[in-house]
Amino acid sequence: MDSTTLVAVASIVTAGITTGIGSMMPALGEGKSVASALSSIAQQPDSASKITSTLFVGLAMIESTAIYCFVVSMILIFANPFWTHVIAK
Amino acid sequence: MKLTPDQTVFWHYGFVTINLTLVTTWALMLLMVIGSALITRKLKSNIKISRWQGVLEIIVTFINDEIKDIGLSSPEKYIGFIGTLFLFIGMSNLLVILPWYTPPTSSLSTTTALALSVFLAVPFFGISGSGFLGYLKTYISPTFIMLPFNIISELSRTLALAVRLFGNIMSGVTIVAILLSITPLFVPIVMKALGLLTGMVQAYIFGILATVYIAAAVQENDKKSKKIKLQKST
Repeated sequence: MDSTTLVAVASIVTAGITTGIGSMMPALGEGKSVASALSSIAQQPDSASKITSTLFVGLAMIESTAIYCFVVSMILIFANPFWTHVIAK
Repeated sequence: MKLTPDQTVFWHYGFVTINLTLVTTWALMLLMVIGSALITRKLKSNIKISRWQGVLEIIVTFINDEIKDIGLSSPEKYIGFIGTLFLFIGMSNLLVILPWYTPPTSSLSTTTALALSVFLAVPFFGISGSGFLGYLKTYISPTFIMLPFNIISELSRTLALAVRLFGNIMSGVTIVAILLSITPLFVPIVMKALGLLTGMVQAYIFGILATVYIAAAVQENDKKSKKIKLQKST
C-alpha cells in the first residue's frame, strides 16, 4: 500500500467510527435527559415552561458534542489536510 | 461538493473576496433594517395597531421576558445586542424555505464572527455593569486556583458557540443535498422542515447562551444592589 491509499483508508474508516460513536453516546445522554425532564414535568406541570427551556439549553449542549464529531468527519471526508498534502506531493 | 457558501466566489481582487456568504449576509441585513424601519415608521399606541406592529411587539416582548427570566433585571440595556443576534440567526435559518438560498450561518466565518462578538460583549457589559475590578474579580470568583480554568472556559465556550451553530446548520444543508441525490421526491422536504425547527432552536440557544454568559459577568453588581436594597428595607 502506498501512502495515498493509506491516508484514504485511515480517513474514511476514522470518519465512519467518529460519526458512529459520536452519534451513539449523545443519543444515550439526550434520551436520559429527556426522560427525566418528562417525568419531572409530569410531577410538576406548573413549572413546565421553565423545565422545557432548561431542557432545550441542555439538549443543545449535549448535542454539540455530536456536532463536533460530525464536523470532524466532514473535514476528514471533504476537506482533509493530509489528503491534499499527499496529492500535492 | 460545496461544504460552505464561502466556496462560491463572485469577485476576487487582492485580499478582498466577495463570496456568497457576504452577499447573503448583506441582503439579510438590508431586509431586516428596511423591514423594521418600514414597520416602526408609523408606531401607534391606540387600541387598534397595524398587524406588523403587533408581530414586532410580540417578538420584542418575548426577548425581553427571556432576558429577564435569566436574571438580567433591566433587559432594555441588553436587548440591542442579544435581540440582534437572535433575530439575525433566526432569519438566516428560517429563510431556507426560499429556493437556491444557502444560509450564511452554514459558513464557519459567519458563526465565528458572531461568537467573537459575544466574546467581546461579555467583558464590555461586565465592566459597564460592575466596574473594571469587579469584572476582573469574576475570574477568581470561587478561589484563586480557578483562574486558569476560567480563562480556558472563556475561550472554549467561544469555540463551542461557533462550531455548534456552524455544525447544526451545515449538517442540515448537507443532509438535504445528499438526500436530493438519493431520494429526490419527498424526503428532502421532511428534512428541510426538521432543519427549520433546528435552525429556530439554535437561534434561541445562541441568544440564551449569550445572555447566560453576560449575566454571569454582571451578576456581582446585581448581588450588591440587592444587598443594598435589603439593608435599606430593614
